[in-house]
Amino acid sequence: MKITKDQLLVNGKRNDGRSPDDLRSFKVTAGVLKKAKGSAMVEWGKNKVLVGIYGPGEVFPKHLTNYTKALVNVRYSMAPFCGAEEHGRSGPNRRAIEIGKVAKHVFENIILTRDFPRTQIDIYIEILQSDGGTRVAGITAASVALADAGIPCKDLVQGVSAGKVNDTVLVDLDKWEDNLGEGDCPVVVSLRSNEILLFQLDEVWTKQQVLQGFEKIFNAAKVLRQVQEESLKENYKEG
Amino acid sequence: MIIDEIKEAVSKDFISKNTRQDGRNFLQYRDITVTKNIIPNAEGSALAQIGDTKVYAGVKIDLATPYADKPDEGIIVVNSELSPIAHFKFESGPPTEESIELARVVDRGLRSSGAVDFKKLFLEEEKVLSVYVDLAVVDHSGDLIDCSYLAAMAALKSTMVPKYEDGKLLHDERPNKLEILNDVVCTSFEKISGKLLIDATDDEELASSGRVSFASCDDSHFCAGQKSGSAGFTVKEMDSMMDLALEQRKLLVSKL
Repeated sequence: MKITKDQLLVNGKRNDGRSPDDLRSFKVTAGVLKKAKGSAMVEWGKNKVLVGIYGPGEVFPKHLTNYTKALVNVRYSMAPFCGAEEHGRSGPNRRAIEIGKVAKHVFENIILTRDFPRTQIDIYIEILQSDGGTRVAGITAASVALADAGIPCKDLVQGVSAGKVNDTVLVDLDKWEDNLGEGDCPVVVSLRSNEILLFQLDEVWTKQQVLQGFEKIFNAAKVLRQVQEESLKENYKEG
Repeated sequence: MIIDEIKEAVSKDFISKNTRQDGRNFLQYRDITVTKNIIPNAEGSALAQIGDTKVYAGVKIDLATPYADKPDEGIIVVNSELSPIAHFKFESGPPTEESIELARVVDRGLRSSGAVDFKKLFLEEEKVLSVYVDLAVVDHSGDLIDCSYLAAMAALKSTMVPKYEDGKLLHDERPNKLEILNDVVCTSFEKISGKLLIDATDDEELASSGRVSFASCDDSHFCAGQKSGSAGFTVKEMDSMMDLALEQRKLLVSKL
């Protein structure tokens, strides 16, 4: 079903019935892949995102080896069939390379990289179905996958996007709100350090709107964190 | 590399004493100069310099087929090249993630701000103008994002649109200016030893744990943002950087 701009926010309700602060349904399952050291699958609204962790292993190419810490590598890739529109191209495009870079910075922050000098940790994010907010879904899943891999991290991190429709700040944009709305601001937070680890912004925002977005994102992160923790506990339940 | 480690240590040492190697305060740009029309063959061009950093921007305009979802709008494409001429660390070859990030962050600000009215780039059915903004970084002494914004914006403001006649674009006849609706400028902050400063040199960037860039399109609105590097930033830090970015805006706009 095609949504138009004037259907995005009607009487305080969004096109899928949510209010501005509501998240879409969010589910994460840890340990879904056999070969990867750690893995997780996120189903968030219509998004389906799979993350696999390899390493710590040998650095490739070798000359990049850091003798004081592990290198972190993130590959974000959208499957050619992930969108409801035309067939996509395989492999990372320019957008995906940029997302891989900023996602890498998140994990350089939270992984205890100094525990694994001369190694590389690979995080592979595969977007199987996309419906807005795939980078934050991928990073939220990757944090669970890292825990599943047993790689020591300072915190579980959560990503949420904020946006705007008719100057009302919304969280967790779906595809229509992302494409037709007045802004997209994906953010990844660590609740433990109370810090923003990823921040990007497009379209036009005032400072107050950005700050409102941050507040809503931090609140949403608390909800996501609970689900992340439960899924990990579920995975390691005895018996 | 041992030299980098020494440079990093020196930069941190200065900053921990609340000063900088070149004597500036934390919220002070180096000298900025912007020269427009420096490549007359291009439809628009500029050289922006912040201290020793030099970035050329060239604008070329060509005919294009519009995107299927926006049939009545023109196109803007921003690309950047971190040429090996600019720094010993830059290598020739396919674009690096730094180069892609730079181009995309500049693209985001120009696009979001509405500085270029895409509807005015429409010619006729299936024919629109495509505006190519290419950034050539030729001397990298830090703060490439801010310098690239200045170069791109100045180049766009100097752009003359070729005449369109009988389905062809006449590159040697350029009667009209490209209309630019607002000035987009950007200020980037680096976090070094827990302190925030603007316009870092390349040596200071070695000591930086993270960067946040804010582009603005008027005195109260932001049109692009990007965080890079492993450091985390608190909401309070983001809040104050947004204020400080708007404070620097007047200076940057005066150079365009």
